Amino acid sequence: MAADKVDPIHQFHINKLIPIEIGGYDLSFTNSALFMVATVVVAAAFLFLTTSSRSLVPGRLQSVSEMAYEFVGNMLRDAAGTQGMKFFPFVFSLFMFVLVANLLGLFPYFFTITSHIIVTFGLAALVIGTVVVYGFMKHGFGFLKLFVPHGVPVFLLPLVVLIEVISFVSRPVSLSVRLFANMLAGHITLKVFSGFVVSLSALGAVGVAGSVLPLAMAVALTALELLVAFLQAYVFAVLTCMYLNDALHPGH
Amino acid sequence: MADKNRPDGTGETGRGKQHEADIRDDDLERRRRDLEASLATRRPDRLEGKDDAKAGSMAGYGQALKLSSEFIAGVVVGAGIGWIIDRLAGTSPWGLIVFLLLGFGAGVLNVMRSAGVVAEFGQGDNSRRDQDDKK
Repeated sequence: MAADKVDPIHQFHINKLIPIEIGGYDLSFTNSALFMVATVVVAAAFLFLTTSSRSLVPGRLQSVSEMAYEFVGNMLRDAAGTQGMKFFPFVFSLFMFVLVANLLGLFPYFFTITSHIIVTFGLAALVIGTVVVYGFMKHGFGFLKLFVPHGVPVFLLPLVVLIEVISFVSRPVSLSVRLFANMLAGHITLKVFSGFVVSLSALGAVGVAGSVLPLAMAVALTALELLVAFLQAYVFAVLTCMYLNDALHPGH
Repeated sequence: MADKNRPDGTGETGRGKQHEADIRDDDLERRRRDLEASLATRRPDRLEGKDDAKAGSMAGYGQALKLSSEFIAGVVVGAGIGWIIDRLAGTSPWGLIVFLLLGFGAGVLNVMRSAGVVAEFGQGDNSRRDQDDKK
């Protein structure tokens, strides 16, 4: 009974909650979509409610919101300069979305949207799309100077430019794979160790005594996952800032 | 600091060459300042690493995952571009071979770049000066 319930992958299944089909495309409202909406609602409600009092001396929750604002603001200013602050709403939304999505995923029975590569790749594609579009808008073809490093011999230039282009294209891939792999691996490990607790305690008294070890591991892993949730949101936002910096100042 | 070094310098050159030893001390002092200055320009990268270390034992794991994902992304994208070119131009398997190798190069470049060994995109040796300008 207990053994067939332990399926570490089951938590990533997508279920259709409200089937919708428009023009041959499957646009169903799934559990993934539900948690995306939940993420946006939670993040927006938290920021709106905590800052609505606008007291000069912030309370606890208001200071959390202000810390998040300052944190992202400083990150962006350090990486992309004061010019980069026009992207603040974009970076802040991305950071809050990834952070809240990761944190919501830590609740039991909740769906982790960032553990699906298509979601993280969508976010990364949004970032790189912004970089490319803004770069060409602001600098025209001067943006292509990004791919030509200084001081490279002419006969090596075609090869170097090709490698730089591949390196640039690989950025959204590595950005999305990193977030997705961290969340997926973390949740699978957590599930496996929790599964050990269940299947060991089914073995009787000795099993119950032995299940203390995986239980302790599961508790430690939960703390680790909390850290990873923050860290990956931070890494995602920092790399976004660095890529935006390339769009603002290509090749000096 | 210079006084500490003086016995070493004079010990070698003997009593009569005090003046020469002073010059050598000055030279040493200048070179040490140069070294310190060039180390200081490298320090921001190190500090970023320290921030990661603050996060605890996760730092090594995070770093490993970051670097490996950078490398794999380079190879995968290179292979993907080669495959698409083969499909469009019918040059199989040469596009895949060439772009897989280029992707390997791009992966190594990605890893070195994220480890802070190579300059960022579009910047050469003068990247330090540019960074100072920004601030």
